Amino acid sequence: MNELLILNGYVYDPLNGIEGERADISIRDGKVVESVGTGAKIIDASGMIVMPGGVDIHSHIAGSKVNAGRILRPEDHEKDVERHTAITRAGTGHSIPSTFTTGYRYAKLGYTTVFEPATPLLKARHTHEELDDTPIVDKGCFPLFGNDWRTMEYLRQGQLEECAAYVAWMLRATKGYAIKIVNPGGVEAWGWGRYLVGLEDRVPNFDITPREIVRGLCKVNKMLHLPHTIHVHTNDLAKIGNYQTTIDTMDSVRDLSSDSKPVIHITHVQFTGRTGSAWHSVGSGAPEIADYVNKHGHVTADMGQVVFMNTTTMTADGGFQYMLYQLSGNKWMNFDVEVETGAGIVPYRYRRNNYVNAVQWGIGLELALLIKDPWRVYMTTDHPNGGDFTKYPKIICWLMSRKAREKSLARINSIARNKLDLPDIDREYSFSEIAVVTRAGTANALGLKEKGHLGVGADADVAVYNINPTKIDPSRDYRLVRRALKKAAFTIKDGRTVVKNGEIVETPIGRTYWVDSAVSEDLNAKVESQMRKTFAQYYTVQMDNYAMADSELANSNRIKVKAEV
Amino acid sequence: MTILSKTIIPNVICTFCGSTCDDLQVTVEDEKVLSVRSGCSSSLSKYLNYNADRYLSPLVRKDGELRDATYDDAVCRSAEILANAKYPLLYGWSSTSNEASRAGIELAEWVGGVIDNTTTVCHGPTLLGVHDIGEVSASLGEIMHRADLVVYWGSNPVHSHPHHIMRYTSMSTGRFRLSKKNRTMVVVDVRRTDTAKLADQFIQITPNGDYELMCALRMAIRGDELEQDVISGVPAEKIEELAELMVSCQFGVIFFGLGLTMTQGRHRNVDVALSLVRDLNARTKFLIMPMRGHFNVAGANEVSAWVTGFPYAVDLSQGYPRYNPGDTTAVDVLVRGDCDAALVVASDPVASFPIEVSRHLAKIPVITIDPHPSATTPISEVVFPTTVVGIETGGCIYRMDGVAIMTRPVVSPPPGLHSDVEILRDILAHVKKLKAGQQA
Amino acid sequence: MGAVEIPSLKATLVSGRTLGQGRGKVIGKFSEEYFRNVAICELNPEDLKSLGISPGQNVKITTKTGSVVVKSAIASQASQRGLIFMPYGPWVNMVIPSETYGTGMPSMKGIEAEVTAASDEKLLDLRTLVRHVTGEA
Repeated sequence: MNELLILNGYVYDPLNGIEGERADISIRDGKVVESVGTGAKIIDASGMIVMPGGVDIHSHIAGSKVNAGRILRPEDHEKDVERHTAITRAGTGHSIPSTFTTGYRYAKLGYTTVFEPATPLLKARHTHEELDDTPIVDKGCFPLFGNDWRTMEYLRQGQLEECAAYVAWMLRATKGYAIKIVNPGGVEAWGWGRYLVGLEDRVPNFDITPREIVRGLCKVNKMLHLPHTIHVHTNDLAKIGNYQTTIDTMDSVRDLSSDSKPVIHITHVQFTGRTGSAWHSVGSGAPEIADYVNKHGHVTADMGQVVFMNTTTMTADGGFQYMLYQLSGNKWMNFDVEVETGAGIVPYRYRRNNYVNAVQWGIGLELALLIKDPWRVYMTTDHPNGGDFTKYPKIICWLMSRKAREKSLARINSIARNKLDLPDIDREYSFSEIAVVTRAGTANALGLKEKGHLGVGADADVAVYNINPTKIDPSRDYRLVRRALKKAAFTIKDGRTVVKNGEIVETPIGRTYWVDSAVSEDLNAKVESQMRKTFAQYYTVQMDNYAMADSELANSNRIKVKAEV
Repeated sequence: MTILSKTIIPNVICTFCGSTCDDLQVTVEDEKVLSVRSGCSSSLSKYLNYNADRYLSPLVRKDGELRDATYDDAVCRSAEILANAKYPLLYGWSSTSNEASRAGIELAEWVGGVIDNTTTVCHGPTLLGVHDIGEVSASLGEIMHRADLVVYWGSNPVHSHPHHIMRYTSMSTGRFRLSKKNRTMVVVDVRRTDTAKLADQFIQITPNGDYELMCALRMAIRGDELEQDVISGVPAEKIEELAELMVSCQFGVIFFGLGLTMTQGRHRNVDVALSLVRDLNARTKFLIMPMRGHFNVAGANEVSAWVTGFPYAVDLSQGYPRYNPGDTTAVDVLVRGDCDAALVVASDPVASFPIEVSRHLAKIPVITIDPHPSATTPISEVVFPTTVVGIETGGCIYRMDGVAIMTRPVVSPPPGLHSDVEILRDILAHVKKLKAGQQA
Repeated sequence: MGAVEIPSLKATLVSGRTLGQGRGKVIGKFSEEYFRNVAICELNPEDLKSLGISPGQNVKITTKTGSVVVKSAIASQASQRGLIFMPYGPWVNMVIPSETYGTGMPSMKGIEAEVTAASDEKLLDLRTLVRHVTGEA
């Protein structure tokens, strides 16, 4: 009968307005229910925090560039190993953990859903193979469209409906969840070793601008009724002062939002949140960006927080990665993908003493603290770009405790400290707000109706943390908060206990979420026949060998929606 | 799936070399392959002959002879050998599917062995170079569309990857390069190969001279003076000309083969080639790509990397992944004599390893899982015949540039044969029981 | 009777893939096709002449690892003098050293070798060759 009762915890379920009250969570057959019988298994959560399982909206955990990063950096793995046990697989960390290790480490943090945010269409199969070897968590991926030839050609011609049908076809073929856009147009320019500047620059050979690509795909997203908005890594990542591009990108689709509902998600805003025209005078554009986000409800964002550590940067923005190689002198992988996108990987160490890194660290936190609505800003590190995901508890402490921030501020480059507004910011996140920016808000932004909350009908994905919110003051006792969040007392996945006291006890295979947006048969047939022609001309694989079958996923979870076209 | 009447199956993925051409048309009738169109001669040979010489029953050595055995007996014997070994080697993996590699790594964890794939005697040094420098590369279609300069260095695709030039490089049609006229092809090799005969320029290099020539090119690209008149058998003017060609192209690429990895310098040759291409990116767009030989050696590396963190030569004897090529690589493990059992999957080490290595292999119990009799089967304790990936069984494979393609069967296998994935999982199930018993 | 000087050739040995080797491989390791395409050594025609033999006659290749007798052939892909080529396979492996110099990779190209005529010596077929590996022969 599979009944479980989580007794007497301090529940944080912001979506349902529960903010730390003592309550019981009843679970049957993997779902939250009203109540269970006396035969239910009991987890005594007295004195502990109970939250929905974490939902990570943006983390590079699987796929060709992630694996290229693993291959690039054997030194990253050597000091961080996981032993094989009777129930867990061997593996390695550190900034780019192996897949089994990734699943286990997320579960230990109390996370139960993770999205891989940048999947080349041509290499989606690789992403899914790795996701299938990532245990416990539910997952999905965001295929890349912002530099795709067919997308740019359709949009250039104003053929929105055809573009929509094409995107729907590709999402089905790649088992993708959302439209991802990275440096729109810029990665195609990088295909020739070139760069675009700003949103109005025309893509060589395609005669379309980044603004037009973003607007076009935003419209397509709406036509397809996709559960998430377009997910955008803006242009000008390599530009020193790039915050304005972020604001311009947000503003470029303002008119496409009806009743101020989000139509665009800007990811890892920290990386494109800088002011200044030279590296030695770089500053934080967080106040300006936060101001815009506060005034405009059509935008959501995630932090992309920097942590001072030796990590690995990886992004589809190949041109940016070349520049990072030039700046740092570190080893550099580049991998352009025909017709579609690119990728680049460079190891990088963020240093407290480095002026720019210290400013970057400040920008991420300022963004989260200055954006008023926690439902529209989410905690991420753009793992592993800003730092690896096991550092999340540390970041949560910075958000919850001014004292924790001051301690770190005292150690960073002093000129950066003086430049930032961060020292003067009082705000401290509550547990409820943390629940929003790490699970309720992200699930909401992703359109996952059964995740991120503990109301009846929700998936029984629950995190129990051994910390009593009535007995401790997170502002003062942030170390206790960090300790509790690092090792969940219990992580429950679909009603099954998978983590107990920070140790893995069970390793089910999570679901892979993907979207099937149904367009009209005529339109689909028309676009498919157009695609046959372009496939034959553009690709080095046959169209019939391209699309993934449902059976290729170990645990396929199709989200069906009906498109407007 | 049984195809009785004559049918042409389109878009079949060839499982010979790393080009993994996927436009084969295979005609089958009555579960037999009759003919193949669009493939190269190697591909045709494989499809027409895959059924010619195979075992149809497992074999287990008894009283010094390999004798027919039941599947269960073979599984038991294999599990015993591996579970009782202190330091087994699990080798091969490049000529089968990713699913098999995934099962193999799990088995290696349970038996505390070293899992290594054929990269170790092929492009292993390439990976060692990549660890130090990185790699500037792309998928093959990028070259097809954009490249106006194609260099094959220490690689002879006419023999090793027959359709490579036609599908992806100098003779392909790209969006921005419509024909051969828009491209220049250069071949660098120790002899005038059949590939060199197709080139616009052939540069003959002395054997083991790649490192110096690459260094000279790096210097020339930077505008430094070459102090010697001849380097590695190549006149300085010619080197300067090649440097100029590279720097002034719009989009260049170097494809390199085992001429770099197998000669003196090994990974240092690759290191300097990767560095040369990286340097070139300051001047123009330039890429480099290793010519992966077997049809799924790239997949074996990728699977190994995502499951363990390391692309080959993974030692799991301590319960966690350890990587130290030169120490944990198959050849060294065998020659040291530490290894006390071996599982060989879809590979023929006795045919591919130096004889001293094979001699060590012959001294230990070997389990071979392969569709066909090989030079390794006569020295084996257990032999499992398997279905042929890409012809009788499907499975995911990775092209040389890392593009994942799903192969599908075109005919049914002979009755009673198992896929290597099934065999590995059955052996693992039995090993788990034995290990549990050992601990009790 | 005086000592007869046996002509020998100092050469650099390169091993590699060939279409014939690939074709033979898929027909079967124990097939006639494989044997014919792999148990060979390609030489520059001048070098062959200097050994006093014609193409098709047997030659012995010796390196510091050992020696193997294979059939000679004219280099189909113009080897210069002093360069000999053998396809990948068990025959060339008889003379390839196992030393990897800490890289995992043996030297399979660019090895110092000596070539002598061996018309009165027999080629080993694959089964016999394997018995050399196991020490039974």
